[in-house]
Amino acid sequence: MNLSYLLGILLGSLHAMVPITLAGTGEVIGESSGLFNIGLEGIILLSAMTGALGAEAGGPIVGLFVGMGTGFVVGLIFGLVCTYSKGVQLIAGVGINLFAAGLVTFWLIHLGVPGHHTIAEEGRMVDISTPFGDFSPMILVAIVFPVVIYLLLFRTKLGLKIRAVGENPQAADVAGIKIHLLRLFSTATGASLAGLAGAYLSIDWIGSVTKELSAGRGFIALATVVFSGLNPLLVLLGGFIFGFFDNLAVWVATMPAVQQIIPWQFVSMAPYVVTLMVAAGVIGRVRFPAAMGVPYERE
Amino acid sequence: MRFSGRTDELKKTVIAAVFGFAVGALTMMVYGYDPISAYIALFNGAFGDPYGLSESLTNATPFILTALTFAIGFRGGMFNIGAEGQLYLGALAAVTVSLFRFPSGISFALSIIFAVLAGAAWSLPVAVLKAARGVHEVISTIMLNWISRFLSFYLIAKILVDPLRAEKTISIAESVRFPLLVSGTSLSYGIFVSLFAAIIIYLFLWRTVSGFDIRAMGFNPVAATYAGIDKWKITLIVFITGGFTAGLAGAVHVMGRPPTYAIYSGMPSIQGLGFEGLAVAMIGRNHPIGIIFAAIFFGGLLAGGRMMQLSSQVPLEMVRVVEGIVVLFLAIPELIQVFSFLREIRIPFIFQFKRSQNKHGRR
Repeated sequence: MNLSYLLGILLGSLHAMVPITLAGTGEVIGESSGLFNIGLEGIILLSAMTGALGAEAGGPIVGLFVGMGTGFVVGLIFGLVCTYSKGVQLIAGVGINLFAAGLVTFWLIHLGVPGHHTIAEEGRMVDISTPFGDFSPMILVAIVFPVVIYLLLFRTKLGLKIRAVGENPQAADVAGIKIHLLRLFSTATGASLAGLAGAYLSIDWIGSVTKELSAGRGFIALATVVFSGLNPLLVLLGGFIFGFFDNLAVWVATMPAVQQIIPWQFVSMAPYVVTLMVAAGVIGRVRFPAAMGVPYERE
Repeated sequence: MRFSGRTDELKKTVIAAVFGFAVGALTMMVYGYDPISAYIALFNGAFGDPYGLSESLTNATPFILTALTFAIGFRGGMFNIGAEGQLYLGALAAVTVSLFRFPSGISFALSIIFAVLAGAAWSLPVAVLKAARGVHEVISTIMLNWISRFLSFYLIAKILVDPLRAEKTISIAESVRFPLLVSGTSLSYGIFVSLFAAIIIYLFLWRTVSGFDIRAMGFNPVAATYAGIDKWKITLIVFITGGFTAGLAGAVHVMGRPPTYAIYSGMPSIQGLGFEGLAVAMIGRNHPIGIIFAAIFFGGLLAGGRMMQLSSQVPLEMVRVVEGIVVLFLAIPELIQVFSFLREIRIPFIFQFKRSQNKHGRR
């Protein structure tokens, strides 16, 4: 157990933190405005696919933007269904998840290599190599975003409006805020961050697309948002904690001695067990916008 | 009044299905397949001949049960998406009984009972966490689904493994299997278990006091609480009953579906049956009788999808693309009105007569 070994674990956890933090930070924007999007999982998966396509066509940076764009478009569809059409948010989110799982698997089978697509080398994000392992610039992006979103939500007029719409849409409506439009904008912006998370998974961290690529990370991000009480800075912290446990399985795989004591299946359970325990431990302390999950109807 | 409500539900489902198939066709065109021949192959494969029909019914068997899990929750105002994980354990519980050599009748009954209890046991933490700690069931069920998945991987590889073939569990003993209803197909007597369960759940929800309480809680929680209905009792009943049907789904599937009567590592045959159930429940408008038809329809799409994959090379997963879009559209409560609203703003001249009628009708 020397220092470079520990730094290696830290680096691995940071890599695993990125998708959860990005998706979670995006979800904070959406939930602050009153829309609860459980389609994060699907958005991550879908934009992992489109991001991979974009990256193979025009390089990794293009891929990241294509992923973000995909998230934005899906968020827009979700937002339209749940604002102007007053759709049931949980069901719309499930629809997105089913659609994404179907389309991505369809695409993978269409490619002819069942279940697996490795990103071409020119599409891969170039990581900075350090003595302890590769360091992805996306880690910095994932640290910057929560700070920016925190400032946006709590230090700007727009942020105040977003929170007002989530807290008391009637009052906000009387104050002249366009409820549906602002919710639409918030959830689509949030979803674009989930899209970025998906693109990161496929073209940077994992380097391939499988139908289980997202592996519940969208839902772990949702749990992180619950843990944070809609504070993006706490999403960053939560993302790191979950990232650590997510990385644990990879880490244990390199240690046969540990594997003999604890079967890999139980190590793989860790992030989900921890999520469940944290969710059980913190709820009750945190407060959510009063109008979250409720479609707004003018009287 | 009641009848027109049902017609509206049906209309809504049809509109959503049309959208779903349209997006499916679009997807196929993007990837260079011919949607028309694919859809013809799909429907022929699903309902065109007795073999296809029996495969459709076979697929419907677990779907009915996992859809019931979701529907009971939905009627009670809860969003139970835990059928997936509960089904894994139900199936494994049924297999576990075959480790022991009981007389066949006892073994059969034990398999079913164990599976049902396993499903409920995996559902219980969701209810407890919701009641005691306020954990939203979406998060707890999804996490439990993943935990169940890895737990199942462990059980398949280490406890229930077939000593002769390491890639699968031991097979369900021959005398404990559901006999085939139509020989030469996969359709077993298990379908009657599903149909029976749907009727029981219907009677439970609409003909008992507990059922009334569940629906009241889902319809208006404030009024229901005010009327003295215990919210936590309802939560417990909803999740336990849901666990029962999900566990049963696992048992019926592994005990009734040829050829292996076992679970392979990676669980290819049972993976997704719980999530499909969710879509089936939505399409069946969360009504046990509607669910039966939706499950046959959806089971048919998957059976036909196999034929489509063979004849038009369109990947079977296209069916799931359609499914996702259908569910997305079904989320819109006033789908019919949204439709007529679009009609009003797009081509007002053609529909001028209808528009004035609509306006009148709305006042």
